[in-house]
Amino acid sequence: MYRIETKRVLNPSVVEMEINAPLVARKARPGQFIILRVDEEGERIPLTVAGTDKEKGAVKIIFQIVGATTEKLGRLNAGDSIRDFVGPLGVPTHTDGIKKVCIVGGGVGCAIAMPVAQEFHRLGAEVTSVIGFRNKELVILEDEFRACSDRLIVMTDDGSYARHGNVTVPLKEMLEAGERFDMIITIGPLIMMKFVTLTAKPFGVPVTVSMNPIMIDGTGMCGGCRLSLVRDGKRVTKFACVDGPDFNGYEVDFDEAISRGRMYFDFERRAHEEVCNLFKGVN
Amino acid sequence: MPIDPKKHEMPTQSPEVRAHNFSEVALGYSEETAVLEANRCLNCRNMPCVCACPVNIRIPEFINRIKARDFDGAYDVISMTSSLPAVCGRVCPQETQCESRCTMGIKFEPVAIGRLERFVADRHNAFGTGEVSRPEPNGHRVAIVGSGPSGLTCAGDLAKKGYAVTVYEALHTAGGVLVYGIPEFRLPKKIVAQEVETLKKLGVDIETNVVIGKTLTVDELFEMGFEAVFIGSGAGLPNFMNIPGESLNGVYSANEFLTRSNLMKAYLDNPVTPIMKGGRVAVVGGGNVAMDAARTALRLGAEHVYIVYRRSMEELPARREEVEHAMEEGIDFRLLNNPVEILGYNNPDDPRDPKNGFVTGMRCVRMELGEPDARGRRRPVPIDGSEFTLPVDTVIMAIGTSPNPLIKDTTKGLEVNSHGGLIVNEDGLTSRENVWAGGDAVTGAATVISAMGAGKTAAQAIDNALRG
Ligand SMILES: Cc1cc2nc3c(=O)[nH]c(=O)nc-3n(C[C@H](O)[C@H](O)[C@H](O)COP(=O)(O)OP(=O)(O)OC[C@H]3O[C@@H](n4cnc5c(N)ncnc54)[C@H](O)[C@@H]3O)c2cc1C
Ligand SMILES: Cc1cc2nc3c(=O)[nH]c(=O)nc-3n(C[C@H](O)[C@H](O)[C@H](O)COP(=O)(O)OP(=O)(O)OC[C@H]3O[C@@H](n4cnc5c(N)ncnc54)[C@H](O)[C@@H]3O)c2cc1C
Ligand code: SF4
Ligand code: SF4
Ligand code: FES
Repeated sequence: MYRIETKRVLNPSVVEMEINAPLVARKARPGQFIILRVDEEGERIPLTVAGTDKEKGAVKIIFQIVGATTEKLGRLNAGDSIRDFVGPLGVPTHTDGIKKVCIVGGGVGCAIAMPVAQEFHRLGAEVTSVIGFRNKELVILEDEFRACSDRLIVMTDDGSYARHGNVTVPLKEMLEAGERFDMIITIGPLIMMKFVTLTAKPFGVPVTVSMNPIMIDGTGMCGGCRLSLVRDGKRVTKFACVDGPDFNGYEVDFDEAISRGRMYFDFERRAHEEVCNLFKGVN
Repeated sequence: MPIDPKKHEMPTQSPEVRAHNFSEVALGYSEETAVLEANRCLNCRNMPCVCACPVNIRIPEFINRIKARDFDGAYDVISMTSSLPAVCGRVCPQETQCESRCTMGIKFEPVAIGRLERFVADRHNAFGTGEVSRPEPNGHRVAIVGSGPSGLTCAGDLAKKGYAVTVYEALHTAGGVLVYGIPEFRLPKKIVAQEVETLKKLGVDIETNVVIGKTLTVDELFEMGFEAVFIGSGAGLPNFMNIPGESLNGVYSANEFLTRSNLMKAYLDNPVTPIMKGGRVAVVGGGNVAMDAARTALRLGAEHVYIVYRRSMEELPARREEVEHAMEEGIDFRLLNNPVEILGYNNPDDPRDPKNGFVTGMRCVRMELGEPDARGRRRPVPIDGSEFTLPVDTVIMAIGTSPNPLIKDTTKGLEVNSHGGLIVNEDGLTSRENVWAGGDAVTGAATVISAMGAGKTAAQAIDNALRG
């Protein structure tokens, strides 16, 4: 069992927790993830390592409540325990030779992007962060990003806070103004990452995207997390859990990934409703 | 007494009933039937059957004990060489191993060695006390990577000799393929759980949720004070055919499909893990994995299940009993057929159509058997112009697996062959000092009993090396 050390509610649907898992805390690097199971009957879900405290042996996770499992997890409190917690999985984000980076995060993707931004800041790179949310209520981690960014641009889709518009707007402005980055790293909904890649393309700036397909084992055993890259005109299959989650944005077949992401849509919606109904009876 | 030419039948659930449940298909011998079957054994002096068992179980000896109704004695004979008899009695391909060389089999059906072994083990598990005495510790520590049959066997043998053994398992449950791959209706999970419990009683420490190569490396295991490491990490990496349409929704690797059903319990009535069920399912392949996937799909509620295999019934590598059971259950065998493309739904007028991206069918080509290859197997060749479409909603690829490169990639000096299998000597020693390996991680996908045998060999070699 893995104890929940702390819990913080970041916005109505985003929760941060520190989980006691010393072996994972010792090893995890930015860009890697863990897989957890809340209880014996639970599903395995992947979440990014949002930070570690090696002394306490704790791993920080930040998750958005979107479905049955995250709903159950979000209802636990400090002092409770979760059944399984394995990691760190995946390849850490490449940082070598990157002196000037632009981090583009969307929604809960910002939670995944934050440790990456912090790592670049720690390594002394110049960090520009563009973080976008649907509305003011959903803004998370603004202070954390400010602390590790040389420049921070906050966007909301509806203009209810900070700048109005989506993240590609300021990105395009910067690129058009002649600004160049060694790398743009984007993490968020697939559709957003697709458009960030398209925005950067005319300027020839490299783009790294963080793919988050449905996963089970996280060790390369099931192939459920597979995605297609188009490399030199040829399609190659990769497993996001072991080959990623970071990939070259110009190679990823986003349309296929978006389609695969819809595989269990109906099932998940029903499962979430069931968990919510269950808790309605309790509360 | 005249010789009974046929094996005694093992009772099974009727095909109509079992096609809709996940309970075990075969129900096992009663004491009476077991004794009758044991009496068919000729007690051959040269014991051909023993040589054909990968761990050389003393077959006539344990069968003699059954004849004498000394069932505990029979168990003792088996457990001298095998640590998982309840498993092997169920899943060994007996027709190509022990029973293939049985003298009775020359004129009649061979003695049902596997069924007798299963009987003895089940009886022991039902009536045995479950007491195990912890051996005196010998002060040495060994780490085992992976909790499949090879790792569990190696751990058990070493623990019995007094080693302090820790098994590291990447998944949340111990058992390897025995829990995530082979379905409940063929190998009930509680049998594996019982074996794992016995190991724990022997003092073996089982650490789940640890991925060697990620959470800890092999080098760190040595730093932690382990003196030897056994790698039994299996061959879990699924192969795909690399044909168009393989990333459509509804295409699974058998590993994913079976893991969702077995390990993640999607077979329960109200599962938390989703799986595509219902509709028409095509399983590509002809091994045990294909049979298990097909029969699992049927039990999950598929309307119609095809096995699509590119060779003929004769070459079908699955255990005979499973093929027979699958046929009885109504699995539709499409032999000498090979998939060339998977077709998906695409509504160009409405990109938001929820059916977009889901499988609708599989293009196949008919095959014929050509000249025998180097191994004497006749190679299937496509027949020109014979393409046709099988309308299906789900496709499951069961065309083999390879060893996972995770450990090799994170361990300096560990050599592998061109198939990704770890290279070992006859004792299971790898190219790294004090690192042994065995099972599917070395051979590629093989059998439970051979993995177990490799675990045993390595345990002996580790004991020799550490206490020499
Ligand atoms: C490598 C990786 C890292 C991740 N890191 C984080 C993280 O740090 N914080 C976080 O909040 N989420 C993260 N995710 C996504 C997270 O795993 C899913 O939100 C979670 O599995 C949903 O589980 P659920 O049972 O609550 O919802 P479900 O019932 O499974 O799904 C509910 C809704 O979420 C969508 N969904 C399901 N799985 C995913 C997914 N993998 N990606 C995007 N949408 C999905 C479904 O389509 C559905 O609409 C990560 C995913 C991956 C693969
Ligand atoms: C569906 C199916 C049906 C089968 N049917 C039969 C049958 O009827 N008869 C038969 O004889 N054989 C059958 N087999 C084959 C048989 O199950 C395998 O040959 C056998 O299980 C191999 O044992 P193993 O110990 O080498 O590895 P596995 O059983 O594969 O176990 C390896 C274990 O190591 C773990 N692991 C992997 N990497 C790591 C890591 N880096 N760190 C920690 N842990 C790790 C895995 O999670 C797994 O639990 C079947 C296989 C499948 C998939
Ligand atoms: S272990 Fe397998 S091969 Fe050996 S006797 Fe038993 S059933 Fe036969
Ligand atoms: S070969 Fe057959 S008949 Fe002879 S001892 Fe073995 S099991 Fe008995
Ligand atoms: S999650 Fe199973 S292979 Fe990646």
